[in-house]
Amino acid sequence: MTSQSYYVPAQSRWPILASIALFLMAFGAGSLINAMSADTGGGSGLIMLLLGSLCMGLILTGWFGHVIDESRQGLYSDQMDRSFRWGMSWFIFSEVMFFAAFFGTLFYVRTLAVPWLGGEGDKGVSNMLWQDFSASWPLMQTPDMDAFPGPAGLIDPWHLPLLNTLLLVTSSVTVTIAHYRLKQDRRSQVIGWLALTIALGFAFIVFQALEYAEAYDELGLTLHAGIYGATFFILTGFHGMHVTLGALMLVIIMLRVIRGHFEPDHHFGFEAVSWYWHFVDVVWIGLFLFVYLI
Amino acid sequence: MGSVEHAVSETEQHGPAKGITRWLYTTNHKDIGTLYLLFSLLMFFVGGCMALTIRAELFQPGLQLIVPEFFNQMTTMHGLIMVFGAVMPAFVGLANWMIPMMVGAPDMALPRMNNWSFWILPFAFSMMLSTLFMAGGGPNFGWTFYAPLSTTYAPPSVTFFIFAVHMMGISSIMGAINVIATILNMRAPGMKLMDMPLFVWTWLITAFLLIAVMPVLAGVVTMMLMDIHFDTSFFNAAGGGDPVLFQHVFWFFGHPEVYIMILPAFGVVSEIIPTFARKRLFGYVSMVYATSSIAILSFIVWAHHMFTVGMPLAGELFFMFTTMLIAVPTGVKVFNWIATMFRGSMTFETPMLFALAFVVLFTIGGFSGLMLAIAPADFQYHDTYFVVAHFHYVLVPGSIFSIMAAAYYWLPKWTGHMYNETMGKLHFWLSFIGVNVTFFPMHFLGLAGMPRRIPDYALQFSDFNMVATFGAFLFGFSQLIFVYNLVCCIRSGEKATARVWEGSHGLEWTLPSPPPYHSFTEPPELDKNNTGQS
Amino acid sequence: MRCNRRALLYAGFFYAPLASADWQLNLIEGATEISRSVYSLHMVIFYICVAIAVVVFGVMFWSIFWHRKSRGAKAAHFHESTWIEILWTIIPVAILVSMAVPASTTLIQMYDKNNAELDIQITGYQWKWRYQYLDQDIDFFSNLTTPADQISNEAIKGDNYLLEVDRPMVIPAGKKVRFLITSNDVIHSWWVPALAVKKDAVPGFINEAWTLVDQPGIYRGQCAELCGKDHGFMPIVVEVKSAEDYQLWLQQQGALKLAQQQSAERDWSVEELMSRGEEVYKQSCLACHQAEGQGIPNVFPALAGSPLMNETVDEHIDVVLNGRSGTAMQAFAEQLSASDLAAVITYERGAWGNQGGAVSVQQIKEMLKE
Ligand code: HEA
Ligand code: HEA
Ligand code: CUA
Ligand SMILES: [Cu+2]
Repeated sequence: MTSQSYYVPAQSRWPILASIALFLMAFGAGSLINAMSADTGGGSGLIMLLLGSLCMGLILTGWFGHVIDESRQGLYSDQMDRSFRWGMSWFIFSEVMFFAAFFGTLFYVRTLAVPWLGGEGDKGVSNMLWQDFSASWPLMQTPDMDAFPGPAGLIDPWHLPLLNTLLLVTSSVTVTIAHYRLKQDRRSQVIGWLALTIALGFAFIVFQALEYAEAYDELGLTLHAGIYGATFFILTGFHGMHVTLGALMLVIIMLRVIRGHFEPDHHFGFEAVSWYWHFVDVVWIGLFLFVYLI
Repeated sequence: MGSVEHAVSETEQHGPAKGITRWLYTTNHKDIGTLYLLFSLLMFFVGGCMALTIRAELFQPGLQLIVPEFFNQMTTMHGLIMVFGAVMPAFVGLANWMIPMMVGAPDMALPRMNNWSFWILPFAFSMMLSTLFMAGGGPNFGWTFYAPLSTTYAPPSVTFFIFAVHMMGISSIMGAINVIATILNMRAPGMKLMDMPLFVWTWLITAFLLIAVMPVLAGVVTMMLMDIHFDTSFFNAAGGGDPVLFQHVFWFFGHPEVYIMILPAFGVVSEIIPTFARKRLFGYVSMVYATSSIAILSFIVWAHHMFTVGMPLAGELFFMFTTMLIAVPTGVKVFNWIATMFRGSMTFETPMLFALAFVVLFTIGGFSGLMLAIAPADFQYHDTYFVVAHFHYVLVPGSIFSIMAAAYYWLPKWTGHMYNETMGKLHFWLSFIGVNVTFFPMHFLGLAGMPRRIPDYALQFSDFNMVATFGAFLFGFSQLIFVYNLVCCIRSGEKATARVWEGSHGLEWTLPSPPPYHSFTEPPELDKNNTGQS
Repeated sequence: MRCNRRALLYAGFFYAPLASADWQLNLIEGATEISRSVYSLHMVIFYICVAIAVVVFGVMFWSIFWHRKSRGAKAAHFHESTWIEILWTIIPVAILVSMAVPASTTLIQMYDKNNAELDIQITGYQWKWRYQYLDQDIDFFSNLTTPADQISNEAIKGDNYLLEVDRPMVIPAGKKVRFLITSNDVIHSWWVPALAVKKDAVPGFINEAWTLVDQPGIYRGQCAELCGKDHGFMPIVVEVKSAEDYQLWLQQQGALKLAQQQSAERDWSVEELMSRGEEVYKQSCLACHQAEGQGIPNVFPALAGSPLMNETVDEHIDVVLNGRSGTAMQAFAEQLSASDLAAVITYERGAWGNQGGAVSVQQIKEMLKE
């Protein structure tokens, strides 16, 4: 074990600043959303939210920049590297659990709640309250069509979603190739493969946006369209946000590669982002199966 | 090993910075631990004052002090603040202080993130408390915030409540990641997992629970937010959702959460009892397995909070059986503690008194938990004061007593001064009496049929409510003794030795009291006497 | 009270000096076979816990007493034993199994909903219960009747303080009655301890429960799930009648219904409407909109001085009849008779300085038809 030198950073003002920024974001978002719901215009909330996000962006840039500097000064030992690895792995695990909550929701409504409302199973008497309703999945007909008008149509899994699946799976492969090239210290190729990965990622996001537009404009598949729409958008929506975040991180990594940051045997920043990217990919496979296909 | 000096950056070498920036910018596990502990004490008093408000209103039947609307806000805030503001941060504070010292590390694995985990909390709680002053009042739907009372029917401030929960979640997850990374990566060379003190073990498992369930809580409040503001129907049957779905997701978080509040307590008690019994902990290995089993089981018992929601029979039976099973590993722990005391050589300093009271009163709380686990009987107990009695027995003389025990146990180490033993004993006995006078009668109230979360009650419940209120004030004000003792200890306590207690064991006691700013700048040599198995 | 005295025996240990005869310390045995088996289950698990406690705490206090350092005890060195760990794993498992068996039996019994002779749909409202007898065309609401001045400590509290209602649920003795429990707004929970029935009322879903009470009597309970401001003020009263009395009650209900219809037909003077309206207001509206129509700022809107009460008649009637979705304002069209609706609306438009003018029963009936 080489625990002799563990780098304990000096005092830092990043965390407290980040806390303040986070507070501004949360309070701003809260005020904004409340104002929107009450139709009273959300001026101050919006300003707070934007200010908070801006600060957060700057802080994170500064903070990570600082960490990168330290790393490049060689202050970090192997042990430190392992701490980062554990940190990133458990962070991804927490993200997995976040998605698990929504997948659990999807399974629960599909296999229990909706059939009960439709008169099947142990609590089928509930159908007394919704006599015109019968269960089906995807749920086109909601129990109360006035309150939640069900969707008129569905996304065809074999078009955009299939394309998106291919894009993401491919991007997982390309990022792995980039990683191998990095280990072989072939910079220009690393940059090329990374650029390709990023392009695939952004293509995914663009298609997802097109899909949303179609859902809203043509299919009546909205957040308001009952539980199918709700689960559809919460799962794909949070996944989309994660893809966006992952793609941004890839961009940063690419810039760092361009600046010549990583060593063939020492490039945890790169690996962390590629883990994240694989995670986003795996979640998508789950989505494609359970949201679109089955 | 000169490289160590080099590695600890310039300003850090010579101890803490001066002034307020020491606390705002700190990356030091001890400073952050102190911040957590003080924050938790403050929240304990805030939440306690709310409890006293509740108890004062319930002193007599009829509405006298506050209106029902406000009563509900008090109940809700009391639960939330005690759980997320008092107990959890206290254990994180203890983890920060003790884990690096116990595993022989210079600091936590990720010191800057450590600071961030803490400093999110004051902001999150300011936001949550500020809801009390908003139009329409604060959250009034119970700490379990069941939909649709917390969605369609909630006051507008619920939006801020949701974001406050998100912030606490971020803080807890980062804190837990740090703990895990420290334990897995920062142990002194040669310290195997099975050499770790039990406090470290229990925290390792707790951190795992935290990372697994806090995101689920974040998920469920996000769905609430969507239902409230973005027209979704997760918890609304009209669109194909189900209000009970909320409860499933909430309790998938909520039940592991209660073990998050008790496993570190088990760890603390497993440190203290061997010390004052002057005998090695009995059954170390089985303690580790028992703790792990509790954690694993905790994921498959959640619906025991929902026996009355109308689950299918099979579900009801499944959750009843799994819940009952938890009594087995918990029993193993209790038996091991008692076997540790058996044929020891015991003395009864304040930490030991709190630890012993913990064993007895937690077990009583566990027994009522077991009774609640019996589904048909739970139909009668559910949502009555019997449940309130159960969880206060496991939380107040459980978690809170263990925190007190830990504070007295390690205070001399932290401050370098002894606390006043007489005052400590007085604090203990008044708390012990107060806690029982407050919460024991609640068993009777519950069995006699008093529902929880009501501001006014039928006449047959009058007498015991009066007793409980009396006890609550006794218990509450006794805590001021602790504060006084704490202040005296820091300012003018007798000098403490490095070992402090005759029977102390483990690495933290090899450091001077108070320990140097960076605990182990050089990895300590391990021997049989300073690992967890000792 | 046999059970009370027994309860005192074991619990009085802690509170012996405080105990007095009329304190109820334990669960009641209740009035049904199910409630009695729940009671005995409760006692069994309780005694098992006490027995374990005696053994465990016994050993602990033995050690505390005999193995004190001050008595010169020297610490022994043993610190593990596999067989004893196995032993104290297996014995608890066995004890648990012995609890699980009777528990499962009782639970399975409780879930047997077949062969009910009477179906009653129970719907929770903030903060009252509605009982609909599915085959009998009986449908009524059940409200708390404890006067406000008792709650605010201005009057002596009655015997059934907070546990009294205007119209109790009535069921026949000796017959299996099935409850279909649901809710109109938030989750409530219908609980009568003597029947050992507690089931959540979940909006949009129906939960089933049943009871079979052997003796006539009056059994009281309360809502058992936090449902908002007046969660503590929505009691349940079940009146169990003998078969003959139950038949009589059914007939009365028919007559009552007729009288209600007639009162909607006849002409009401404004004074009559105002005085009837005040009663209805107290029963149905006061909890939120408060005694002086002042509401609770930002929670429940004020009625005094509200434009709705002073100008727009139709909109006012519409809100009362159909409620306001997304808020706590309920639809009263089904809850109140046409004449009561006219009365309460007239009252709201004439009280607390409002100048909206009266509405007629006829107006209401027309709006109801739409
Ligand atoms: C620290 C917190 C904590 C802990 C440790 C526990 C521990 C347990 N709890 Fe508790 N519980 C809460 C906190 C906690 N609980 C809270 C906060 C609530 C209410 C939430 C709300 O609604 O607001 C609650 C509610 C609650 C309910 C729901 C009640 C209801 O709402 O109707 C149930 C039901 O099964 C339950 C069961 C248990 C069980 C079986 C244990 C077991 O872990 C206990 C195991 C311990 C023992 C059994 C004692 C020691 C064992 C022996 C000496 C061995 C021999 C014993 C036997 C073989 C019997 N708890
Ligand atoms: C760890 C958690 C924890 C702790 C420590 C406590 C501590 C206490 N609780 Fe708590 N309680 C909960 C968790 C906890 N509770 C939860 C989760 C609920 C459920 C909420 C819900 O239903 O949603 C609950 C609900 C609850 C209720 C039921 C409310 C209801 O159903 O309506 C009651 C009633 O008596 C109660 C009482 C108390 C009391 C008297 C204490 C005492 O131990 C408190 C001790 C008092 C103090 C520490 C105060 C000290 C202050 C002073 C002495 C004043 C000095 C002043 C200054 C310095 C300014 N609690
Ligand atoms: Cu209805 Cu509580
Ligand atoms: Cu639980």
